[in-house]
Amino acid sequence: MKHLNRIFTILIFIFLYIPMAVLVVASFNVGKDITDFEGFTLMQYVEVFRDRSLLTLLGNSLIISILASAIATVFGTVAAVGISGLSPRLRKPVMALTNIPMTNPDIVTGVSLSLLFVFIGSQMLGQRNALTFWTLLIAHITFNLPYVILNVMPKLHQMDRSLTEAAMDLGCTPLQSFFKVTLPEIMPGVISGAIMAFTMSLDDFVISYFVTGLDFITLPVEIYNYTKKQIQPKIYAMFTMLFLLIFVLMVVMNLLQLKNDKKQAKRGGAA
Amino acid sequence: MKKRNNSILLSTPYILWMLVFTLIPLGVVGYYALTDVDTGRFTWENVQNLVLYLPAFWRSILYSLVSSLICLVIGYPVAYFIAHRKPVTQKFLYMLVMLPMCMSFLLRTLAWVGLLQDTGIINNFLDGIGLSRLPLIRTPAAVILGMVYNYLPYMILPLYSTIVKIDGRLIEAAEDLGCTPVQTFTKVVLPLSMPGILSGMTMVFVPAVSTFYISQKLGSTDVVLIGDIIERFFKQGNNANMGAALSLLLMILVFVCTGIINRFGGTDEEGAVIV
Amino acid sequence: MSKELIRLRDLTMEFDGERILDAINLYINDHEFLTLLGPSGCGKTTTLRIIGGFLTPTAGTVTFDGKVINDVPPYQRQINTVFQRYALFPHLNVFDNIAFGLRVAKLPKEEINERVNQMLEIVSLKGYGHRSISSLSGGQQQRVAIARALVNRPKVLLLDEPLGALDLRLRKDMQNELKRIQQAMGITFIYVTHDQEEALSMSDTVVVMDKGRIQQIGKPEDIYNEPKNAFVADFIGESNILDGVMLSDYKVKFFGRTFTCVDKGFEPDEPVDVVIRPEDIDIVAPEEGHLVGTVTSVTFKGLNYDIIVEFKGFKWLIQTTDFHGVGATIGIRLNPEDIHIMHKSEYSGMFGDYSSYSAEYDELAEDADEEEE
Repeated sequence: MKHLNRIFTILIFIFLYIPMAVLVVASFNVGKDITDFEGFTLMQYVEVFRDRSLLTLLGNSLIISILASAIATVFGTVAAVGISGLSPRLRKPVMALTNIPMTNPDIVTGVSLSLLFVFIGSQMLGQRNALTFWTLLIAHITFNLPYVILNVMPKLHQMDRSLTEAAMDLGCTPLQSFFKVTLPEIMPGVISGAIMAFTMSLDDFVISYFVTGLDFITLPVEIYNYTKKQIQPKIYAMFTMLFLLIFVLMVVMNLLQLKNDKKQAKRGGAA
Repeated sequence: MKKRNNSILLSTPYILWMLVFTLIPLGVVGYYALTDVDTGRFTWENVQNLVLYLPAFWRSILYSLVSSLICLVIGYPVAYFIAHRKPVTQKFLYMLVMLPMCMSFLLRTLAWVGLLQDTGIINNFLDGIGLSRLPLIRTPAAVILGMVYNYLPYMILPLYSTIVKIDGRLIEAAEDLGCTPVQTFTKVVLPLSMPGILSGMTMVFVPAVSTFYISQKLGSTDVVLIGDIIERFFKQGNNANMGAALSLLLMILVFVCTGIINRFGGTDEEGAVIV
Repeated sequence: MSKELIRLRDLTMEFDGERILDAINLYINDHEFLTLLGPSGCGKTTTLRIIGGFLTPTAGTVTFDGKVINDVPPYQRQINTVFQRYALFPHLNVFDNIAFGLRVAKLPKEEINERVNQMLEIVSLKGYGHRSISSLSGGQQQRVAIARALVNRPKVLLLDEPLGALDLRLRKDMQNELKRIQQAMGITFIYVTHDQEEALSMSDTVVVMDKGRIQQIGKPEDIYNEPKNAFVADFIGESNILDGVMLSDYKVKFFGRTFTCVDKGFEPDEPVDVVIRPEDIDIVAPEEGHLVGTVTSVTFKGLNYDIIVEFKGFKWLIQTTDFHGVGATIGIRLNPEDIHIMHKSEYSGMFGDYSSYSAEYDELAEDADEEEE
């Protein structure tokens, strides 16, 4: 039974990774067809860096995801501190609000935001292009915020409340006690929230697809446009590089978590 | 008291942001759904026309329910397996499950096209070893495969989080009280996994029911899902009002379906399990 | 005693309409070791948190050194706190924890080093500066928490059940340690505990609280020997509490007999509560006793036996070093100074009856334990 489960699990992992392997292999392919490996080349990787428009797209994606996740992390952390201090009666509806983007289908979130922007932009402000970089940024911040909140809140709850009182007792103003005590304590949650928000932002297609304008397009949206036609193999090379980047990010996040868990375990053992 | 005031001060900007960018947009969707695309006047027409798309709705629900169930059946053993490894191995496997979620699902779905198409990798392989080619792509099964593949991690992760928390002593207690391994599983482990099962079902069902890319690439032209229709109204049909009506119905539908799913266990922490 | 440092005037606290503190009046002198003693929920921790500045009272004032400090935030008070579970900063080591307050106050580095090291010595943790908090034992963490508070040279140190998490032996050691530190540094200590033994052995003044009200303020000896009402008598040590009538000064009647006592100043024929401490009762031969009763239960306690003796349907707890078996008939004598008379109060009749003692009593205790888990 145990061996059976092990074999089954391995099979599922193969299932999960086969398409990725196909893409990675395709990135080294001389030919253009994903199904036909004609020979090994690194040309596609060179192509990625030669293609200015592709680099611009990647740049756009990085700008959006870095900006959105950074803003959402700061904004969300502050909000989480506030929310955790609210009375349960107030906290519940706020958390329900937080859960809206998490539970709504992405397409509904995308559609609703795009309609809001169009409504305000064209009907109220009379602009022709309601969808811009800024609307995209707002949309990304909006769906990033819940990830930050849901990562930071548990850390705030785990934290001994008397720690901030102790800091104030020892002369800290509330602001000082936040930076000297609360922030170091919830840091693991802030970091994992930021990383999660960043990867979600970087990979988001559905919501971006609906709120993006013509002047600022991110990589996933353009990939969608590509896949309607014959896709260029350099996209596979870019995929492979992004795969590596995210893999490294995840390992870092993992190590951070592991370190934190060890610290927690130690703490628990001593108490 | 001061502390409460500070909390309100700190959370108010966030609450306002979320109201403006999550709740109000839903109201705007309702506004568009009830107005005419050309005149902008109030109309029931879009709502009445929803009837035309009911088959697509049913198809979406059916496909995503089947996908959720398949995800559950194949995801549970994997989650169980991961939950019973050493902590370090657990972390690593957890990461391996999560990693595909962060990669472009468009390209990964495209890879499936390359695998399944008539001149694709699988059929070439079958041809190579002297078997006949199979019609794999543009079938309902291919769409469901695409859904299962894409959303399986959303099932495994919450399941794992729940199973790993089950106290080992409970299993020993069940065995001590005379349960066979099968009974221990059905009477103790499975009921305790319920929050994860419900959370996983919801997290697979919601994106699956609203997807619009998977069916375009892997399904046949007559297998149209509701997501595809909404996308077309917005991006090609230039009838955002009809699209809004469809989105509204989709949202209500998802709300009802997840409500039903969660009724089974009465948990209210869905979504939180994965984080 | 020296001058008054803190005064609480009609201090009232309400949470969601529930009254936690009911018009408390109390003054605390400089250099005093004052203990707030009472069962959980009596308002003692609330009082402490108001003095520390973590709660703002619903009504009433807190005066510190002659100034009302109701609205002064904690970080501007010359008061430091040792928290219940220490609240040491887990991301800082021992030295940095102790130096925290001094660094916030932006003291020069040399002075910080000097004061922290001096403090480490005082709490016998020399050489532990670089240890992480999680590597310390409970007792050591406790001492870091005290050092972290005292290094700021506060005028008052608040201690909220600081020894509650320690085991019995360590607790005894720390009690002596705390008393020593308090005397050495000459700082006012306000100490919160529910442990009556701790309160009696350490304090200059004990404040017994219940239901948000002060029941009695006094020196430990006075609290024990002259409890004001049945609650205090029962909470501090063991007591047999009987209904009696004060016939006149020095004459009290209970169990149909008139006894001589040392109390006076009651109304003629005033109904009173009579307290008799179990260890004050002399056991004599039946024919020599004021009262004669039958032993119904015996428990060996190490130093002595706790025996329950029935007198005319009322059960008394008596502590004795001599063994008397169950069923034995014994007599007791009560000397005038062993009888303490109290006015009737809302607590009359609630305490001091040992009828339900023994097996049943233990079961109740077990139930309470389970609930806590």
